[in-house]
Amino acid sequence: MTSKIKEVFSNIKAENRKALITYIVSGDPDTETTIEIMNSMVQQGTDIIELGIPFSDPMAEGISIQKGHERALEKGASLSGAFELLKKFRVNDEKTPIVFMGYMNTFESLGANKFMQEAVKASLDGILIVDMPPEESSNFSIEAEKVGVDIIRLIAPTTSSSRAKKICSQCSGYVYYISVKGITGASNINAEEVKARVSELRSHTDLPIAIGFGIKDSSSASSVKDVADGVVVGSVFVDLIGEGGNIIEKVESKTKELSEVLS
Amino acid sequence: MSEELMPDKNGRFGIYGGRYVAETLVPALEELSEQYELIKKDDKFLKEFKADLKDYVGRPSPLYFAKRWTELLGGAKIYLKREDLNHTGAHKINNTVGQILLAKHMGKKRIIAETGAGQHGVATASVAARHGLECIVFMGEEDIQRQSLNVFRIKLLGAKVVGVNSGTSTLKDAMNEAMRDWVTNVDDTYYIIGSVAGPHPYPQIVRDFNAVVGEEVLEQSKAVIGKDPDMLVACVGGGSNAMGLFYPFIEKKNVRLVGVEAGGLGLSTGKHAAPLNDGKEGVLHGMRTYLMQDDAGQVIETHSVSAGLDYPGVGPEHAWLKDIGRAEYESADDEEALDAFKELTRVEGIMPALETAHGIAYVKKIAPTMSEDQSIVVNVSGRGDKDINTVASIEGIEL
Repeated sequence: MTSKIKEVFSNIKAENRKALITYIVSGDPDTETTIEIMNSMVQQGTDIIELGIPFSDPMAEGISIQKGHERALEKGASLSGAFELLKKFRVNDEKTPIVFMGYMNTFESLGANKFMQEAVKASLDGILIVDMPPEESSNFSIEAEKVGVDIIRLIAPTTSSSRAKKICSQCSGYVYYISVKGITGASNINAEEVKARVSELRSHTDLPIAIGFGIKDSSSASSVKDVADGVVVGSVFVDLIGEGGNIIEKVESKTKELSEVLS
Repeated sequence: MSEELMPDKNGRFGIYGGRYVAETLVPALEELSEQYELIKKDDKFLKEFKADLKDYVGRPSPLYFAKRWTELLGGAKIYLKREDLNHTGAHKINNTVGQILLAKHMGKKRIIAETGAGQHGVATASVAARHGLECIVFMGEEDIQRQSLNVFRIKLLGAKVVGVNSGTSTLKDAMNEAMRDWVTNVDDTYYIIGSVAGPHPYPQIVRDFNAVVGEEVLEQSKAVIGKDPDMLVACVGGGSNAMGLFYPFIEKKNVRLVGVEAGGLGLSTGKHAAPLNDGKEGVLHGMRTYLMQDDAGQVIETHSVSAGLDYPGVGPEHAWLKDIGRAEYESADDEEALDAFKELTRVEGIMPALETAHGIAYVKKIAPTMSEDQSIVVNVSGRGDKDINTVASIEGIEL
């Protein structure tokens, strides 16, 4: 089975643009609205959606996404709920790649084997477990490979070149380069540094490289689009959802804006 | 594998421990491991560490025979390891004295720490003041309320206290926030974790720096008891005072090791902080260990009268010692701890911290079942001055 993520990136390359990867939290503010948001995002040009799996202790998240996790948990959101949500989303959208992004403890609550069975049923495309470096990931790596679910891995500004090479070799789908030392929603992105690091990563891997953690608006997206194959935008969407009001309209216009910057 | 060689090269104690962190921190933890392996064999460092333990902390702490308490309980002889007499009032200072030297050796300029009861915050702020380093202490808002005295002490010592409002506003959330700060300022910042918890190599570092407690007991027992004690008892939150006491005794199979967790309102109510008694395997704060969690893998709110034990996880080495059967883990509830707090205060004139009182409560139960020629050493991990407001308010007294 060809990875949908791979296919999307090669189409985007042919169209000579960059991938827009958007992040929201599953079940924030509730299941039905999450699905509506996903549909609107796709309509306005999102290529891949990272669906955050809410966790009580999201250590790598800034305040915006922490609040998103809290809102979702208050509504009873969970990993199983995210699979149910994805199945509903799949009724109308079989094509858009979906990645579950979250923390080890919630993923392990199902166990690697059961998780992958669910992943196949819901046509999940990839997983990104924030606190699962390659050294700690044997079960999920083995089970994911069996069923063709991509394992997206993080590379940070602090990662040495030799370690980056090792991480790339155990990664599939795309490589996620964390553009800043910090948590999600940080604002001190240095485009020159990112450029240097990404070109080094190109020597380790042929996988597409997406950049995230410091991309919050059109200007930061545009500052890195030339070096990357895609950018990940999360906190700004989770903030819009938190604000309330006409969420769908706000999300649509933000997605459109970012998508235009990247085309 | 011999427990002495734990953790293994991957930072694991059996299946527990490890390094479950976002990639940004992995290189920082690798560097910390390398530097720690070097420094722990360095004569200059060891000399400085020992001198600080003696002259700054005031070690060795006495092993004191609690004669009246022993008579009252009528059973095993009870000895108190007086960590409450240390500078800053608890065992927490042992670890911070060591880690600040490691931080300086690594050229770090900024110190961060999390704290629950505030004892680790005070201990960290003290050594940071002494070495002239900037210090930021993360503390849950709920703990700031119930440990206001320690908050003020930390501020007097020149450190900044950052209140944490997320999650349950207690120790685990303070630790999340400290991790977030560290990941952001990883170049110039050293994170002094206060318990035998967190990602490798912290459980090892904090254990080693606290092992002086057990090493002293090993020596002192010869003179004070005349033989090895039959049982060691210590309270367990994250588990640093217990690990420090137990570690040098692990190969001495004739000595029973008993850790006492916070039973809160009772194990059956679910409102407690006893993951080794009533939790299951999981991953939090960079380590695999026993966790208080629900079926969906969400960490659940804990409850304990003592802020220092109010933590949903536990050091991975304790998880391992439990599984291999080398240590036993019991619990004492809020009420038992408060009774023990009062009893030790009145009978021996020693006011233990509420954390410590959980260990004292277990001794109250077990000592009468043992014979007079047996002996128990209980770690009085901290003094109770900081808890006076808590105890008063439980009794409806306004100070």
